[in-house]
Amino acid sequence: MVGILQDKDRIFTNLYGVHDWGLEGAKKRGAWNGTADIMAQTPEWICDQIKASGLRGRGGAGFPTGLKWTFMPKQESERPHYLLVNADESEPGACKDREILRNDPHLLIEGCLIACRAMRAHTAYIYIRGEYVHERERLQAAIRQAYDAKLIGPGNVHGWDCDVRVTHGGGAYICGDETALMESFEGKKGQPRLKPPFPAGAGIYGCPTTVNNVESIAVVGAILRRGAEWFAGFGTEKSTGTKLFAGSGHLNKPCVVEEVVGISVKQLIEDHFGGVRGGWGNLKAVIPGGISVRMIPASECDQAVMTYEDLQARGSGLGTGTMIVFDKDADLVKGIARAAYFYKHESCGQCTPCREGTGWMWRVMERMVRGEAEMEEIDLLLDVASQVEGHTICGLGDAAAWPIQGLFRHFRHEVEERITSYRARRGSYPGASIAAE
Amino acid sequence: MSVRRLAEVQPESFEFKPATLKAAKAHMANFPPGRQQSAVIGVLWFVQKQEGWVSEPAIRAVAELLGMPVIRVLEVATFYTMFMLEPVGTHALVQVCGTTPCQLRGSEALMEVCKRRIGPHDHVSADGKFYWQEVECMGACSNAPMAAINDQYYEDLTPESFGKLLDDFAAGKTPKPGSAIGRQGAAPEGGPMTLVDPALYDGSRAKKIKIPNLPQKPSAKEKA
Ligand SMILES: Cc1cc2nc3c(=O)[nH]c(=O)nc-3n(C[C@H](O)[C@H](O)[C@H](O)COP(=O)(O)O)c2cc1C
Ligand code: SF4
Ligand code: FES
Repeated sequence: MVGILQDKDRIFTNLYGVHDWGLEGAKKRGAWNGTADIMAQTPEWICDQIKASGLRGRGGAGFPTGLKWTFMPKQESERPHYLLVNADESEPGACKDREILRNDPHLLIEGCLIACRAMRAHTAYIYIRGEYVHERERLQAAIRQAYDAKLIGPGNVHGWDCDVRVTHGGGAYICGDETALMESFEGKKGQPRLKPPFPAGAGIYGCPTTVNNVESIAVVGAILRRGAEWFAGFGTEKSTGTKLFAGSGHLNKPCVVEEVVGISVKQLIEDHFGGVRGGWGNLKAVIPGGISVRMIPASECDQAVMTYEDLQARGSGLGTGTMIVFDKDADLVKGIARAAYFYKHESCGQCTPCREGTGWMWRVMERMVRGEAEMEEIDLLLDVASQVEGHTICGLGDAAAWPIQGLFRHFRHEVEERITSYRARRGSYPGASIAAE
Repeated sequence: MSVRRLAEVQPESFEFKPATLKAAKAHMANFPPGRQQSAVIGVLWFVQKQEGWVSEPAIRAVAELLGMPVIRVLEVATFYTMFMLEPVGTHALVQVCGTTPCQLRGSEALMEVCKRRIGPHDHVSADGKFYWQEVECMGACSNAPMAAINDQYYEDLTPESFGKLLDDFAAGKTPKPGSAIGRQGAAPEGGPMTLVDPALYDGSRAKKIKIPNLPQKPSAKEKA
């Protein structure tokens, strides 16, 4: 057997699209089983079970899902409640929600129904990134099946009226941020909102709203069917359950796989991703959670495990659980410079530190790739990064700073060597003749 | 931020085709009354499907349809990079992902192919058939490097397989999307190593189950 998780404990049983994605196939694999009994329970019971399972949001921030649901008002009012599912998946490295959307859409639809009940909402909107055209069509077809079978919709067999609707974005990473998502949903530019008000108080159309990641919602049915303690039995106290992991970069067999949270970085890579190109000894660094977390160097990858707490202690994070692997032939500086370009491109331009800082950091990083920089600029760059971090409206500012900080924390010497050798080659600065000797 | 402007040369007018209008209205029905603005991205998308790009008269028409000020639609069309603001090639809009995970697996070589075959990025090719651009992560990183061509994902590409795809598009064909090396979705190369237990698929999971942890007396009456 590869990895730790056994097949019998997998939630996403059609992850690779080998089987029927439609209602028949999904039911046969256990979706929509016992849903009526679950829906007969109180919202409190559902929230308590999800809390007990230890499920944390799979969209990156890792906020406890059950707890988040309890922030919604306990009474319905003239302002309807909404569930807004974040299917924007634009984090470089992340490609896991896509597999749910196209191959197991019924798990997501069922999860929407149950989550709506838990939050006293009658409408779930799924906001899917615009480029996922095929995934969107697949999801819409599955939703139609669920309506036709009266599993959702007004007067459905589960006794809780619930519409599930699909809308989409237009190619902007920033719309993954929950408040930018709400702006975009309302038909505006995707510029994050200031908080408060928090979405549970005033979200889309000023109504109570909860934003959750696709995977967070799609696992809910399975957790309730098998019991909170089943899910909590995997992983550690703070990082429970199973989750989707993805591997990209210098791997022999990059792929998406479901595993237990808490699998070691090494086992995940060796068992599931076919190992590092050129062997484990050829590993240079891993960005474990999508590009917006700091990297960890190979020397730590022997011990590192995929939990929130372990990776955080290493100055990194579990993020979306989607790792990017660099082997020793990789040009790390260039890889991070490309990430810096990404943030520059995706900044919504609303706050000055982010708008100006991301562009500035990218330009300096590009020069550092070539070594065409002054030594002092390294500290200047880190200083700017720390001034962007924590001083912006949304998390994109932090996300832009972290990959750069991670690079210099572990590989500062590489950039320094580049600067030195560039100067030696050029020899066109004061004192060059001495250095060239 | 990327600065995006409308094309200098604009058509005289824009007309919704019936199918476009029908799709647009169906999408508008997803939102509560008075909230049609929520449909703007979707409606602009349908317009782009009809015309290949989003023109200034089209933006006006969308504003009228949704009862929005033109400036708001203009803002949306220029903010979201999926909207092409000038005409693109007749045969293929090629979007090569250039972000780090794709870069690590060879996206730069794919872009070289584009430069050679199509010409400079963000321009229509000399023969009018192609238009290519570098885009940011498309959410298919485990199948890197990849390119989206006319909304379909082509994955696990090499310069050779990519060149072959472009040949096909030039010939007016639409090659099968997905992995160029025959992978099943995002399964590992060589086939899935997990999800092989037949018991997952024999229907045993559809048998009636008892939900665990239910309260002593089911509280069906207590619905909020
Ligand atoms: C710049 C930025 C981009 C984000 N992109 C995504 C995304 O693509 N998908 C996602 O689920 N969450 C994304 N998030 C996190 C969301 O803001 C939010 O925390 C999440 O959707 C909540 O769902 P969860 O609690 O189920 O994880 C992003 C956050 C930021 C700051
Ligand atoms: S941090 Fe950047 S992306 Fe976020 S609101 Fe500010 S400018 Fe926009
Ligand atoms: S980086 Fe290319 S698809 Fe994610």
